[in-house]
Amino acid sequence: MALLKMKFSQQRRVRLAQGLWLLSWLAVMCGAFIFCLGVYLKIELLRRDEVMENTEIHVVPNLLMMVGLASIGANWVASRVCQDSLDASRFPRWRVLLLGWYAVAVLLCCLLLAVVVLSYALQGRLEESLKVGLRNGIRFYKDTDVPGRCFQKETIDRLQMEFRCCGNNNFKDWFEVQWVSNRYLDFTSQEVKDRIRSNVDGRYLLDGVPFSCCNPASPRPCLQNQLTDSRAHYNYEYQSEELNLYSRGCRQALTDYYMGLMNSTGPGVLSVILIQLSVLLSMRYLQTAVEGAMALESPEGESEGYILEKDVKATYADVKAKALDLLKFAQVDPASEAAGPEEGEKADEATEKAATPPPAS
Amino acid sequence: MPFLSLKFNLQKRVKLAQGLWMLYWLAVIVGIILFSLGIFFKIELRKRSEIMDNNESHLVPNLLILVGMLSCGLNAFGGKLCHDSLDPQKFSKMKPMLRPYMLLCCGFNALLLLLVLLCFLMQFAVYLTLAEGLKNAIRFYKDTDTPGRCFMKRTLDMTQIEFRCCGNNNFRDWFEVQWISNRYLDMSNDVVKDRVLSNVEGKYLMDSVPFSCCNPGSPRPCIQHHLTNNSAHYDYDHRTEELNIWNRGCRQAVFSYYSGIMNSIGALLIFTMVLEAGDVAGLKYLSTALETMADPENPECESEGWLLEKGFKETLADLLSKVKTFGRANQVEEGRASPDVAAT
Repeated sequence: MALLKMKFSQQRRVRLAQGLWLLSWLAVMCGAFIFCLGVYLKIELLRRDEVMENTEIHVVPNLLMMVGLASIGANWVASRVCQDSLDASRFPRWRVLLLGWYAVAVLLCCLLLAVVVLSYALQGRLEESLKVGLRNGIRFYKDTDVPGRCFQKETIDRLQMEFRCCGNNNFKDWFEVQWVSNRYLDFTSQEVKDRIRSNVDGRYLLDGVPFSCCNPASPRPCLQNQLTDSRAHYNYEYQSEELNLYSRGCRQALTDYYMGLMNSTGPGVLSVILIQLSVLLSMRYLQTAVEGAMALESPEGESEGYILEKDVKATYADVKAKALDLLKFAQVDPASEAAGPEEGEKADEATEKAATPPPAS
Repeated sequence: MPFLSLKFNLQKRVKLAQGLWMLYWLAVIVGIILFSLGIFFKIELRKRSEIMDNNESHLVPNLLILVGMLSCGLNAFGGKLCHDSLDPQKFSKMKPMLRPYMLLCCGFNALLLLLVLLCFLMQFAVYLTLAEGLKNAIRFYKDTDTPGRCFMKRTLDMTQIEFRCCGNNNFRDWFEVQWISNRYLDMSNDVVKDRVLSNVEGKYLMDSVPFSCCNPGSPRPCIQHHLTNNSAHYDYDHRTEELNIWNRGCRQAVFSYYSGIMNSIGALLIFTMVLEAGDVAGLKYLSTALETMADPENPECESEGWLLEKGFKETLADLLSKVKTFGRANQVEEGRASPDVAAT
């Protein structure tokens, strides 16, 4: 009782081969699309490399690139198989390869599913990585004279301007670090000395933010300094002022951006999975139909195509039996050397029995 | 003596038709590119129309869109002509359309030439519009409560950030206007009152610039206020300070952006002109080669193709005499008509 049997006349077989050839070239394009998607995502992640502490999230674009390339190769092989399928002399050489091809195709589909799942699952790790990276960026903002960190200021400024965000969680993160380098502080001034002595670590802390936090949509020119002091500026109320600076934190902004990117690729990846599965199923039908036709006396006649020769339970039992036989053969072999050739003959019989079921796949 | 004549056998005619078909489809693709460039340029002009006083001329992008569409249509038709030319039946049906089509293509080439000239000349107009527009934008920067101008501040800030520029010619343009609205000035404060009284028009002028002039690449946090006062900041000399704010003026920055776009469009148009000329020449060769076949029933026969039936000077002389006789024919008829009228 074969699984999902269908009858195929010669004409239907030809149609199936042609349709599958087109479908496999479509799948090649989809593979190229997945590869390009992976490259794009990787480039976007690399651009903001400086504010990310680890590269765990890179597994998503890496997987996409690998799967894209493998998919291009596998579907190109499928198109070659289609081209040769209707020629009885050229088809047999592909038969051996096909079992491996099915395994590869199933693996690719599973990997693509894993990518979709990972892109949601790794959100927490991405946030953690951004939290640490941004914290370091803000801490080293002033170190424009330290080799290796001299571009932190420019990176953070450009990041805040481009993503319209300020600080890690919000703008108050800037109040907790010294972001003005000591080179630009006049240590003879009383005000500077007071501020430095006012905290344990001897840092020059302000309730001010860098210019890159300023929101251009504010109706008033940007207020950067003495933000918590409502009397320092005319007509300014610290608690109710909303438009002066960006209210969003950069961690939130970057996470939203990357999650948006990965979510928008979700539907594309899912449709590629569907296309790959349909190539897989059609290939199976084509293979069984063509093999059935080759076994007939008149190759132009009708043959049957199916997914599995027996139904699911019987196939599973078969596969289990084969696997156990292989295991037993491996176990018996060292024992038979000690026991003698008699048991070796019995083992040979067992392997012959295991080999006799017709090669259904 | 035909001008630039060539001999064609069947194989050469077929090759010419095929090559010409591909050239025509290349010209269709170039037409699509021109169309999209026109739309892109139009969108770019619209995006920044606020700093150009909404006064900018959309002549070049509109013409470019028109030229793109015309090019697609004309060249697709030309491709179809080539495709049908080797079939004698279809060719004889299309023969009457060839001459007007080639004249149309020559007219289209003239339009392309005009557009190339416009591309290079309109850059002056863009420059002047930008100068005027930016001057007004800086003046109206503070008017965030005036309807119609409330987004000027945001537009100008975003422009200065995006193009990495400050002011019209340079940052000193900000010293000459009041860019802080009166709503945020404490008029009871003595400092404010002094500043307002210190100039004739009663404007609150400062030697400061908005935050969007700041250069993120500066090693020190941005100095926006008291720019010309060295003692206001520690370790600061306004004459030698280069990285603090952007040095370039926005007029220069935005103009070089638009100038780049217009120059590349001009270069593409010149390429299109050459392509079109090649197409017309090829079509002329093909049509004359097919027309001068000695034996129309035998496709294998040899024929001759040329660009002009007589030599270049003779064709010119012919054309001139035709124009003259066209004018004279009217005059002679009038003269003859009057004796008849007088006789009857």
